[in-house]
Amino acid sequence: MADLRRSPLAHLTFPQGLTELPFRTMVNLRVEPSSETAARVEKALGTTLPRQCGQTSEAGSRTVFWLGPDEWLVLADSAEVISELVEALGGEPGSAVDVSANRTIVELSGPFARDVLEKGCPVDLHPREFGPGNAVQTTVGPVPVLLWQTDAETYRLFPRSSFADYLARWLMDAMSEYVPFAPQQQSWRVSGSEPDLGSLDE
Amino acid sequence: MSRLPAGGRVDRGTVLRFSVDGRELTGHPGDTVASAMLAHGIIEVGRSIYRGRPRGIMAAGVEEPNALLQVDGPCSEGMLPATTVELYDGLVASTLSGKGRLDPTPDPAVYDKKFVHTDVLVVGGGPAGVKAAAEASAPGVRVMLVDDQPEPGGELPSDVVVLTRTTAIGSYDDNYVLALERRTDHLGAAAPANVSRQRLWHIRAGRVVLATGAHERPLVFAGNDKPGVMLAGAVRTYLNRYGVAAGSQVVVFTNNDSAYDTVRDLLDAGVEVAAVVDARPEVSVDVDVRILTGSAVINTEGEDRITGVLVRSLEGDAVESFECDLLAVSGGWSPVVHLHSQRQGKLRWDDSIAAFVPDGAVRNQEIVGAANGEGLWPTRALWLVPSDSYDTHFVDLQRDVTVADVWRSTGAGMLNVEHVKRYTSLGTANDQGKTSGVNAIGVIAHALGGSVGEIGTTTYRAPYTPVAFAALAGRERGDLFDPERTTSIHPWHVEHGALFEDVGQWKRPWYFPRDGEDIDAAVARECRAARNGVAFMDASTLGKIEIWGADAGEFLNRIYTNAFKKLKPGHARYGVMCRPDGMIFDDGVTLRLDDNRFFLTTTTGGAAGVLDWLEEWLQTEWPSLDVHCTSVTEQWATIAVVGPRSRDVVSVLAPDLDLSAEAFPFMTFRETTLASGVPARICRISFSGELAYEINVSSWYGLSVWEQVYEAGLPYDITPYGTEAMHVLRAEKGYIIVGQDTDGTVTPHDAGMAWAVSKQKDFVGNRSFSRSDTARADRKQLISLLPTDGTTKLPEGTQIIARDVALTPPVPMLGHVTSSYHSEALGRPFALALVAGGQSRIGETLMAHVGSELVPVQVADLVLYDPEGSRRDG
Repeated sequence: MADLRRSPLAHLTFPQGLTELPFRTMVNLRVEPSSETAARVEKALGTTLPRQCGQTSEAGSRTVFWLGPDEWLVLADSAEVISELVEALGGEPGSAVDVSANRTIVELSGPFARDVLEKGCPVDLHPREFGPGNAVQTTVGPVPVLLWQTDAETYRLFPRSSFADYLARWLMDAMSEYVPFAPQQQSWRVSGSEPDLGSLDE
Repeated sequence: MSRLPAGGRVDRGTVLRFSVDGRELTGHPGDTVASAMLAHGIIEVGRSIYRGRPRGIMAAGVEEPNALLQVDGPCSEGMLPATTVELYDGLVASTLSGKGRLDPTPDPAVYDKKFVHTDVLVVGGGPAGVKAAAEASAPGVRVMLVDDQPEPGGELPSDVVVLTRTTAIGSYDDNYVLALERRTDHLGAAAPANVSRQRLWHIRAGRVVLATGAHERPLVFAGNDKPGVMLAGAVRTYLNRYGVAAGSQVVVFTNNDSAYDTVRDLLDAGVEVAAVVDARPEVSVDVDVRILTGSAVINTEGEDRITGVLVRSLEGDAVESFECDLLAVSGGWSPVVHLHSQRQGKLRWDDSIAAFVPDGAVRNQEIVGAANGEGLWPTRALWLVPSDSYDTHFVDLQRDVTVADVWRSTGAGMLNVEHVKRYTSLGTANDQGKTSGVNAIGVIAHALGGSVGEIGTTTYRAPYTPVAFAALAGRERGDLFDPERTTSIHPWHVEHGALFEDVGQWKRPWYFPRDGEDIDAAVARECRAARNGVAFMDASTLGKIEIWGADAGEFLNRIYTNAFKKLKPGHARYGVMCRPDGMIFDDGVTLRLDDNRFFLTTTTGGAAGVLDWLEEWLQTEWPSLDVHCTSVTEQWATIAVVGPRSRDVVSVLAPDLDLSAEAFPFMTFRETTLASGVPARICRISFSGELAYEINVSSWYGLSVWEQVYEAGLPYDITPYGTEAMHVLRAEKGYIIVGQDTDGTVTPHDAGMAWAVSKQKDFVGNRSFSRSDTARADRKQLISLLPTDGTTKLPEGTQIIARDVALTPPVPMLGHVTSSYHSEALGRPFALALVAGGQSRIGETLMAHVGSELVPVQVADLVLYDPEGSRRDG
């Protein structure tokens, strides 16, 4: 069945330094952080729920991202985490909603990665303020993303799936100053089905 | 030639060829177009905009009012001061008369943006700025310096980030500064293709140091606008920085000591200085030139470039003339306070230097050097030189505004400098009055008798210097103009020739034309398939929100006008939500997944607004409710399979389900696994009145399941349809589109949905239904209109009037058409309309005003097709 899946960026060919990490499990978690339920959730996850904007926590292949005072995104390699979290909530106030296909992950890496992001991200990405293990919800260009830095030269961006194509093309455009590569040929965007509006612009 | 034998920061070893107004010229790296022109003895530029008077290069920087260029290139650009355009080999330009030309050619250059944060931002790379940056530099401290010149005016520590060719153009709250960097403009054809031409920097700074210097002012006398009249500081800049003598015989006219630096440098360079005319009665400087104190230049001579000046004592009558080809003028200096003033920083008038200076800095800012008035020279204000006529005493050269013009406005009663500005257009050209602003205030003060400080300045607004719209747009042009949101099934739509409609940022298939079909033919075919066979559409763009919690039912009861608390798990219900004013805000179908879990859908365009609305009530009014909302719009792909044969298609896809109307009734849903192994949630929901199923799967599988539906439907000639056919099908059933048939003034009752408004419980908007205006019977109500000729398709927006009303304006309007289509099922056009008291007019004939014609229309029930609902179960 796995071969029936298609990721939001399957139609693009990426230059070096850009890739999609599709089909990860993601759960949007809501729970009151001071509650016993939160403690159960932390036990189930094997890590704490980060309490501050910008923070993440990890347990094995799972990463927990702070989204808000009572909201987190849990990233995992496999889907068991969904039922584990629902079980940990135990019907108490909170929610654990499968949002695996709601977003995709775009990985941007290379010595130029921060420069590329700074073309459109208003967050202070200087290493003094933002480094590996930090993640924030922000915008890159006009696209809302969760932005996660994983090492000194690598960032992962989580756009909504519907925005993924635009974001990837935005990033490729921004990268072209640093990584010369051939323009996209395989995008469904160039199959010529859209009405020709003439040469008003580019 | 007037290039000096030595000196200047130009690379004399390299020759650059360029042309201005068709003249082939040469210059060197380090030159501006202006300095290279002056090196050839050319000072004249395009004539003035309104009066056609000869004009010349007057300044050496951004304040230049006359020397404006149209520069050729892949996309020609106009209104560039020649004093700021760096020379490159092959540059081709023409001088302008105050108006540039917009090149209709698409600009192929790249413009981008950069967002950075710094602890200290220093604006200006002169001595004061360099000193401030060096002092701020310390381990762990981020210091940034921006300067509009190609090189800063001094050595800077290596850890200071220096942006040259960068102009800070706007200063906003909390030290948010915009600066435009010209990255490749100076390279001409040698500019690398993959580097942006200009970059707009968005800088957030902990502290801002303004070291923006001062602009010299000209003096106001008859004929002060001719070529050869140049700011004294500019004369000095051309000498020292470019090694260019702007004239061979110079007279200097000043009211302060700064011009004597120019005199000394001219003499050192071997340039003849015929005289210094100083407005001050006493001068104590030591230069070897004749100084005429207490005197003024009263006129210039020469048809084009000046050949001489007439000088008269300010007290007496004796006139003396001097031959010269350059008149260096200094009327004092104005601190460049633009960025300070943009932040509402206060100014005060300093009489000793005759200038507006900052009156304290704004929070977390500092103003240093000449920008703060420091080091400027004592100045004797001389706002205008007395004369019989003031018609050539130019105040604003770029707008051709004279003293006579200013006085005409004060004579007409303009007392405020902002009024004078608007009456005369003074200061409104693209130099924004950098050389004219303070002189104008002086002239006004002279006329009105007040002091300059009392009159005050006009408002300083961003940008400090003109910015191309392309630079503001950055990369958000063409393909990257705005995000285009697409569904997981989008590639199929493109491949199958769909035309797309923009719904918010979404691209939705509008219709799928076959060869030779126009929109009408395609939509008619798509509608026929849905009514007679089977059709399918991508409904993935609907907003989707999961609502969890023990109070979720209670919450939805309060949000929707109808009841959800007792909805059974496995069932679905259509709901309408209103704003507190009782007007429809959004609608959609909500599923109850289990006791404590709902799945709410919104309109495509309303998704974000609805989630905000739900969160607002939860966070501000009902925080005690156990409810959590999560947006899942893109988690799910939604495929509507519609039509009498839809059961046949879905039965192939979902063999485990009993699809009979009894086992799987309308407005229920089932969780199942498709034959392909994909988990799915299938709902019996219909937006067309036909038997229909909505298949929801993880969007990872959206494209695959869409293709599965297509395969399964091929035996029934399954037809993809778009939003246009969807609109026709729903309108035939009287289903509203929020935002098309409603406009924020329509209640559920108005829209024919009184049935959806509960009388048993309270909800947002409920109280407004008892307002007299909301309850009155003659409100505009949604009904159908049938043009009685059976052929006219009424344009949407058509006004509806009574049958016998006189067509004498104002004609009372009864309402307007909100939706209008040709109905394949009814074999005629029809419309939905909001008409006053419409529900009580069923059967009446009204008139629709179409173009210049009146078309009779019959008012009909909102539901035109299958009002009994007999087709719902197939």
